[in-house]
Amino acid sequence: MEFSQVATIAGKEFWDRIRNRWVLAVALVFTVFALSIAYFGSAQQGAVGFRSIEVTIASLVSLVIYLIPLIALVLGFDAIVGERERGSLDLLLSMPITRFELILGKYLGLAGALTFSTVAGFGLVGVVLSAQLDLNALFHYVGFMASSVLLGCAFLSLAVMLSVFAGDRTRASGAAIAMWFFFVLIFDLLVLGVLVVTAGQWGGEALPYVLLLNPADVFRILNIFTLEDVRTLYGLSTVFPPALAQPWLLGLVMLAWIAIPLAIATWRFRR
Amino acid sequence: MADTSPAQNDAGAPVIVARGVRKHYGPIHAVDGVDLEIRSGELFGLIGHNGAGKSTMFKMMLGLIPQTAGEIRIDGAPVPGSDFRTVRRKVGYLPENVVLYDNLTGIETLDFFAKLKGVPSTQNGALLERVGLSHAGRRRVREYSKGMRQRLGFAQALLGKPRILFLDEPTTGLDPEAIRGFYAILRQLKSEGVTMVITSHILAEIQERVDRLSIMAAGKVQATGTVQALREQMDLPLWFDVRVAPEDFESVRNALGGLPVGAIEARDGHVAVQCARDAKMAVIAALATLNGKVRDLTVREPSLEDVFFGFSD
Repeated sequence: MEFSQVATIAGKEFWDRIRNRWVLAVALVFTVFALSIAYFGSAQQGAVGFRSIEVTIASLVSLVIYLIPLIALVLGFDAIVGERERGSLDLLLSMPITRFELILGKYLGLAGALTFSTVAGFGLVGVVLSAQLDLNALFHYVGFMASSVLLGCAFLSLAVMLSVFAGDRTRASGAAIAMWFFFVLIFDLLVLGVLVVTAGQWGGEALPYVLLLNPADVFRILNIFTLEDVRTLYGLSTVFPPALAQPWLLGLVMLAWIAIPLAIATWRFRR
Repeated sequence: MADTSPAQNDAGAPVIVARGVRKHYGPIHAVDGVDLEIRSGELFGLIGHNGAGKSTMFKMMLGLIPQTAGEIRIDGAPVPGSDFRTVRRKVGYLPENVVLYDNLTGIETLDFFAKLKGVPSTQNGALLERVGLSHAGRRRVREYSKGMRQRLGFAQALLGKPRILFLDEPTTGLDPEAIRGFYAILRQLKSEGVTMVITSHILAEIQERVDRLSIMAAGKVQATGTVQALREQMDLPLWFDVRVAPEDFESVRNALGGLPVGAIEARDGHVAVQCARDAKMAVIAALATLNGKVRDLTVREPSLEDVFFGFSD
């Protein structure tokens, strides 16, 4: 593998997103949402102003779990199929570059753009809030940001995989939306449904492992389990085995969610 | 496949070699047993109807798609093969209807592809000038006309001084002046020893310019050779345009009586005579007996188009 080829492709993808202000727009969306949640999150209860970092992060998690997968899927769904449909793929592939280098470069460039937006958007809010946070709270907030980046990278990897399999952009966008519905809305309902129908007789033991099959759930667990208050709030401590509730282990699972779709995409693209 | 090329074209060693190349998509045989040998420094044409297998052949020679069977060698290296980076650095490619990135400027486009090819960007300004785009280098490709995009695509193909050029319908969208300029660059490249493979639908445009060509139809090479050799091989009739005064039309008809000529048609101010290739000298001799009645004489060879339809139908 030649890293310079990966870097050339990645650099183009990244600067394309900077130049067309995609990065700026997404960072602004994150900033506005995070500030709104931090200050007006409890407006329904008649209070306005910053509450505890735990509640803020818990609210942000609920938001990010919808928003980031959507943004990542929209960002990546046409990475390969878009080039193919426009007609620029043949010229790219006639260069001294392997298909793996092309996919990896595309992925890293887009992941860089998404990571930059996420860190800039939420980081700005972190700076604003920093006066009201102690070191421990800041640590949690940074953890939330890091897990948001991982969540985005995992769904971006899935999007790039779709972009290799799809025959055209229309189908790729349809598949991306379907994937968002499945992981963000349907998956948990299905798991819950199985638990309820079998009255907890079946699947209860396996539940924590089943949740690892959804990067959105891994993200939720990552954030909730690092926060003592929230854990009891959600009543999850009884179902989730402590052995699994390790941030580094869950982080590794997220990395697998990044690596495996990319590997499948490369395998398919080479054929 | 019939190779009727005369010996004087044997100057260079074979640079692009295809033997028994096939590409099957299920029951569809897009390329069905192609043999080609393109020599160093040659300007080689590949012509055929849409769907004849030219583009598939191009893509296989570039290693974009693997062949179902057969062997392709570029400068001695098998394609596809482990040595693909070295091969591709020697090759320039201008795809049919080249698509570049609308958001990049001309200079940025060349910079991007130069990095991928691993060549310095220092020559990019000169390249833009060579294709007549130096005034538009800082403009975005989205503002380019079709012809300008084509020229930028050509500049891209020339990055890193490739020894081999694959040009798929390179003059699409170019105006007549630009087409002339384009072929002037090809002549220059030829003098530098660059081997070029070119496809075109405009047969009149390439018939005077290629050294040799192959006519493809139904996934096979029907004939290979110089335009002249293919004409001879097809044995298509020639046309004489004999310019005489209207009152002498009958004398022409009489002079040619008994010769193996086809149609004799009186046209606007001249007589058009069709004859077999081997009767050419006899016709000229017969016309010479008309003692100054003939004011002018033109011999029309069958065009590449005539040859093409002869082989591909």
